[in-house]
Amino acid sequence: MAQNSLSKDQNFFLKIIKKQIFIPIAALLVLMLFNLIADPSFFRVELGTSSLGYPVLKGNLITILDNASELVILSIGMTLVTSASGGQDISVGAAIALAGSVVLRVLCGTETRPDHLHAPIIVAFLICCIVAMLFGAFNGVLVAYFKLQPMVATLILFTAGRSIAAWINNNQLPIISEPKFGYFGNFFPGIAIPSPIFIAILFMIITALIMRFTKLSLFTQAVGINAESSRLNGINPQFIKFITYVILGFCVAVAGFIKVSRLSTINYSVIAKDIEMDAILAVALGGNALSGGKFSISSSIIGAYVIQFLTITLYKFEVPAAALPAYKAIVVIILVVLSAPVVRKKLADMKKNFAAKEAN
Amino acid sequence: MKKKLTDSNLLLIITVAVFILMYSCAVTMLGGGFTKSQTFLNIFNENAALIIISCGMSLVMITGGIDISVGAVTSLVCMCCAVHLDFNGGNVFTAILIALGIGLLFGLVQGVLIAYLEVQPFIVTLAGMFFARGLTTIVNSTQFNVENEQFKALKDTRILIPGIGSYNKKGIFIPAYIEIGVVVALLTVAVLFILLKWFRLGRSFYAVGGNAQSANMLGINVKRTKFFAYLICGFLAGVGGFVYFLHVGSGSPSHASGAEMNAIASSIIGGTMLTGGSGNIIGTLFGVMSLSTIKNIVASLGLDDAWWTNITVAAMICIFIVIQSVVLSRKNKSSH
Repeated sequence: MAQNSLSKDQNFFLKIIKKQIFIPIAALLVLMLFNLIADPSFFRVELGTSSLGYPVLKGNLITILDNASELVILSIGMTLVTSASGGQDISVGAAIALAGSVVLRVLCGTETRPDHLHAPIIVAFLICCIVAMLFGAFNGVLVAYFKLQPMVATLILFTAGRSIAAWINNNQLPIISEPKFGYFGNFFPGIAIPSPIFIAILFMIITALIMRFTKLSLFTQAVGINAESSRLNGINPQFIKFITYVILGFCVAVAGFIKVSRLSTINYSVIAKDIEMDAILAVALGGNALSGGKFSISSSIIGAYVIQFLTITLYKFEVPAAALPAYKAIVVIILVVLSAPVVRKKLADMKKNFAAKEAN
Repeated sequence: MKKKLTDSNLLLIITVAVFILMYSCAVTMLGGGFTKSQTFLNIFNENAALIIISCGMSLVMITGGIDISVGAVTSLVCMCCAVHLDFNGGNVFTAILIALGIGLLFGLVQGVLIAYLEVQPFIVTLAGMFFARGLTTIVNSTQFNVENEQFKALKDTRILIPGIGSYNKKGIFIPAYIEIGVVVALLTVAVLFILLKWFRLGRSFYAVGGNAQSANMLGINVKRTKFFAYLICGFLAGVGGFVYFLHVGSGSPSHASGAEMNAIASSIIGGTMLTGGSGNIIGTLFGVMSLSTIKNIVASLGLDDAWWTNITVAAMICIFIVIQSVVLSRKNKSSH
């Protein structure tokens, strides 16, 4: 009876709320509204000049899109890993340090300040991809074939990754002076928009195509929901789990390449610090269950942008970088509590009671 | 008799054996410092806080959860106590109350969110970690040493162990000592061991971690049990924070960074499984000791760089994980 008394637009409203993508989008809108009220100039985009002297677009929005690129790329891989294996990879930050170190090792040889590149950039990128995917495969083998909990398995690389990264370059910090290498993390000459944005968009398009034309998405979810029954249906759950970790390895390689290109150098203990936490947060903010199963990559991507939006907003209010996590934590707790199934059920019940009372 | 060797006990025996093997290898191959009794006691002196934190972590892991906020809570406790003692002229007693209060508060909030609102433990404690780390720098952003006389007296208190010690170069006998924190740590281990072995609450931790649904059918209040696990873990993070503070005697935002991962690693080496339902506090104690010994060995081999330590620790975790999975597959085979 209560169902009938609800008017049509109320039903529509409930339908939207139930959609998984609603939470990250709502969070994004709230953040935007907050900024609009506090300071409308937040959204201004201006024409500035890059370090190379080209006219480029500058502004908070551009910064958000630019800086979120690595996180977006990682969150795509992390969503797949979470869905298939019901756990998260905490080694991505260390793996980015490792991938970046490989890029520099290939480009610089053994010199710390080479005057020319020792290899074409594309070769460095490919080698970095291979190494990062190998490390992803290491995690994948531990998780899929040795049946370890993902957090424990990736704890190994989490502990050792940055040390191996330092070891690859003999504990040196090479600096690349060649401007071409910096194009990928900053601006291509003549293009006014930061190149990481293009890389992230390209990555999203490729992901969308893969999801559209292969069965990867379906198989991953099937394995995540019930590995045993998916095996009975002819899917190889171990291989699916393994392949998601390799895909995350590729995401790490791209993110690491962008990160190194931004500065043309590396700092092993600082680069991509805590990015694994942000990537997992992006997945959780997107409403994906961290225990695996159904997933929505687009929600994760928006979740990643929400995190970056929040970071830049807090910087805007002159919150010191070290104190940033405290504010982030409050927002996360609010979002997580609101999206908790128990709380949602309670809220829905309250609404029903309220509607019933009004009808009477 | 053979039936009594459960998987948990087997893992414990392996951990203890590996520790003894490792230490005797160090004594025979490297000699020097390792033969001194003080070197052995220093493992406890330096890791008292980590032992306490790891005990809490093991408890949460036994119920099938995780708490990654403990390291950050430790750091927050250090900073708050340091500020309280030095800037606000407080005394040590109130500082201890502050430390325990912070720990309990974190345990309480995280426990409610995880147990009663059913939010994933990883996300809640991740937020807890962010919050504590951020709050530490808001309280004070620089490192400073505490000059409070009362506190310094407590910090420098040494409990001498009668009978053992070593002779220095001049032939004078120096008795071996432990710090106050070690007593607290060992007491924690003893209390938790008794709790887990003989008390209803302790047994229900295992039941909930093993299978929450059947625990519920047995009449165990699953939510309350989980809540208590996080509450105790938070409380122990507060205790560990004060012990850490007692050891270093300063407040800094970078204190105890990565302690949560060390605690998880110690628990894993000690035979606690992240899937829950199995684990042992004595194993955790030996896990911390093994972790510390391997670091000492790497340092005394002259491979002083921090990255060598990390690589060895990672290799060690890897080995123990493989041992665990072998034990687990043995169990699965025997049950079929």
